[in-house]
Amino acid sequence: MIANIGYIALVLAFLSAIYSAVAAWYGNRTGKPAWVESARNATIAIFFLILLACVALIVSILQDDFSVEYVWRVSSREMPTYLKVTALWGGQAGSLLFWNLLLGTFTAASLIINWKKQRVFMPYALIVASMTQIFFLFLVVFIENPFARLDVIPPDGNGLNPLLRHPGMIIHPPMLYLGFVGFTIPYTFAMAALMSNRLDDTWITSTRRWTLVAWLFLSLGLILGGRWAYDVLGWGGYWGWDPVENASLMPWLAGTAFLHSVMIQEKRDMFKMWNMFLVILTYSLVILGTFVVRSGVISSVHSFAQSAIGPLFFGFISIMFIFSAYWVSKRRSALTTDNHIRSFLSREAAFLYNNFLIIAILAIVFLFTYYPIISELFTGEKGFVGPPVYERALAPLFALLLLLMGVAPLTMWYRSSLKRIEMSIRWPALVATIFVAVLFAFGVRSWGALLGFWIVGFSGILTVLEFWKGTRARMRRGESAGSALSNLLSRNRRRYGGYWIHIGVLVMAFGIIGTELFQQQTQIRLQSGESVSLGNYEMVFNQVERYPGPDDLVITEATVDVYQNGELVRTLHPRTELYTRTMQPMTIPNARSTISEDFYVLLVDWEPVSPDEATFRIFLNPLINWIWAGAIIFAIGTLIAAWPDRREEYVVSNELVRNALGTAD
Amino acid sequence: MSFLMNWSAMPWARPTKSRRRRILIMRKNNRLLQTLLVVLVLALSAISVLAQDDSQDRTVTDDEVNEVARDVYCPVCENTPLDVCQTQACADWRELIRTKLANGESKQDIFDYFARQYGDGVLANPPRRGVSLVMLWVLPAVLILLGLLFFSRYMRGLRAAEAETAVASGQAASLQSSPENSKPAADDYLARVEQELKKTNE
Repeated sequence: MIANIGYIALVLAFLSAIYSAVAAWYGNRTGKPAWVESARNATIAIFFLILLACVALIVSILQDDFSVEYVWRVSSREMPTYLKVTALWGGQAGSLLFWNLLLGTFTAASLIINWKKQRVFMPYALIVASMTQIFFLFLVVFIENPFARLDVIPPDGNGLNPLLRHPGMIIHPPMLYLGFVGFTIPYTFAMAALMSNRLDDTWITSTRRWTLVAWLFLSLGLILGGRWAYDVLGWGGYWGWDPVENASLMPWLAGTAFLHSVMIQEKRDMFKMWNMFLVILTYSLVILGTFVVRSGVISSVHSFAQSAIGPLFFGFISIMFIFSAYWVSKRRSALTTDNHIRSFLSREAAFLYNNFLIIAILAIVFLFTYYPIISELFTGEKGFVGPPVYERALAPLFALLLLLMGVAPLTMWYRSSLKRIEMSIRWPALVATIFVAVLFAFGVRSWGALLGFWIVGFSGILTVLEFWKGTRARMRRGESAGSALSNLLSRNRRRYGGYWIHIGVLVMAFGIIGTELFQQQTQIRLQSGESVSLGNYEMVFNQVERYPGPDDLVITEATVDVYQNGELVRTLHPRTELYTRTMQPMTIPNARSTISEDFYVLLVDWEPVSPDEATFRIFLNPLINWIWAGAIIFAIGTLIAAWPDRREEYVVSNELVRNALGTAD
Repeated sequence: MSFLMNWSAMPWARPTKSRRRRILIMRKNNRLLQTLLVVLVLALSAISVLAQDDSQDRTVTDDEVNEVARDVYCPVCENTPLDVCQTQACADWRELIRTKLANGESKQDIFDYFARQYGDGVLANPPRRGVSLVMLWVLPAVLILLGLLFFSRYMRGLRAAEAETAVASGQAASLQSSPENSKPAADDYLARVEQELKKTNE
């Protein structure tokens, strides 16, 4: 019953999306604004219809209505309520519906917010936004219907995929989707600017915050995914260059390049064509990413989301690409400027170097990710690229990017003097060298690590100095240290928010170098009472217990005591879980985390386990918590940069007051 | 469920649903492999008994096995290295690695063996030949070189154009201060801070 309402809502939303595109086109062509407004209202209606469909699906799950195939697939009677709600995006059809909801929300919100200010864009924005929406609604209405029924009603459902029951995995997909969907908004406005031939900065300034917020969500999605892998997948790592991980990394890279290069356009009115290209690239990579995740085209650990929607995605990406290319080529004369870069040592050149490096990284990740398909095409044999190949190819590029991160803020627009830059980097370089020398004295011999730490130290000092210089300049004017810093941040949100993000990235880089280059591991079979040592740790195995968990779960849990330098520091409980309904095993590690390292213990579940004998895999991951700390700094920086400006708010509220007064008259 | 609570043989290493189909396809190969394995192990033990060679009789630790298994990927469940894969097939392959190490084979020998048996696709470091050489080595290098070439030509072209316009307008000296377009040229951040402070003080 409720499922029927949901499906009807989806069909109506699909029809409304078609209507919206046609009405916006017709209204614009004939100059009848009523049609355009009607198209906008249809967009708002689409949002409510999709929302209704989502509610209908959640209610079906909560009511254990196993006549709906999707509910049977992702839910079961005993599943806790919060998992039943999050089961909305726990499977193929549901996550596509969820995608639709986010897209509908973002589209409606961005249109309402910009309606008055960017009136001329609106018909085109409506058309482009509706095209994306039509495609995704088509998928849920005709191909992956979340409300499809089963002929025979099963007594109970399968339950949510155990991998998806972890809190990290519950938030990770919505974050990624928010990021993905968020990037459709800059694309929509960029295309609207192209089609309306209004190619000044308006589309950039009106979507700037959307871009930053989308980028923040995508970043959080990537990081949470890493954290989830570390906490649940049980292989001691956080990033495996899996095709699905890469599929979300690539739009992030393109978006990062875009966030940097728009600053050249805003300041110098250059690279309009290039920015257009980056927005289109980001959007294409978002759709391609969704396609890769949803279709399982490159089989990977995420391939539980397999289905036959591949060709449709491929067709849609091609259509949107041709559509975008057509409008770019049509407006190419308006996209070129007479302004030049005047020096290799200027801020705009620095942004270009940044773009060059990021696009190079993106190209390599792209080639490696799609290598299996191409290899299969040519040789008939599925190829494979492992993490070592990625790391070897990308490490130098990332190192250069980090170096640039430190030096670029020293450059100035138009031209900067080499002498001044030299003077500014002299002391930081010396301090970084001393830092590395100390590491060397303490026995660090890996030249890669030493070089990496030097770059992180060097760029870190330079970035902190940026804050120091700005704060000091304000303090000279009589401000206290605290208010000087907060004023510095609040008055130049984008600039200093950006530097704050850089500090987060550098902290993460510090952790990544530590973990990647100094990880230690061992695997050993222990009898009760026996011990194993790794680094300055010693682990004593006590016992193993087996007990039933919630739902269909059987838990096997070991108890081990961890000693550091001979002192008991922690008792850990690594465990394996078996979901007996699907017979799916999970290996849940347990770790002792400190600022310097994680002592990370896994109970190896393919070896026989008895109450007093078990096999353990132990990792010592140095500096890994710096990655998570850096991620938090990173997120705060992005929030600073994206936070609405007080001045801007003032203008908006003024406008609101005027409008209110105007209607009151 | 109670049958699961005892400690007798647990089907820990049962493959997940999605993998089962592929494993079915592989099963035929597996059986052959297992037979070969048994023969191999028997033959090896026979040899070692006959030869009584100390170097061949050493025990191989899990760490040594993992050292190799880490860079070999499961041919059945893609994108999972052998050292963390939970399937029975992978357990067998790990034992194969152990046997080979005990037999004194080097890491590279074992990689070569797996590449011969299951294709280059099981190696984390694909050997540099054919498509992999082109896609993973030549193409990235060519792309980056082309990018660099394009980039430097672009910059040089701009500098030439700039010199021309500078000579033509005779304003070469005032480059830094000349506003190029309607937007204000942002200078040093300190200057900007000062400027802003002035604004707020006014």
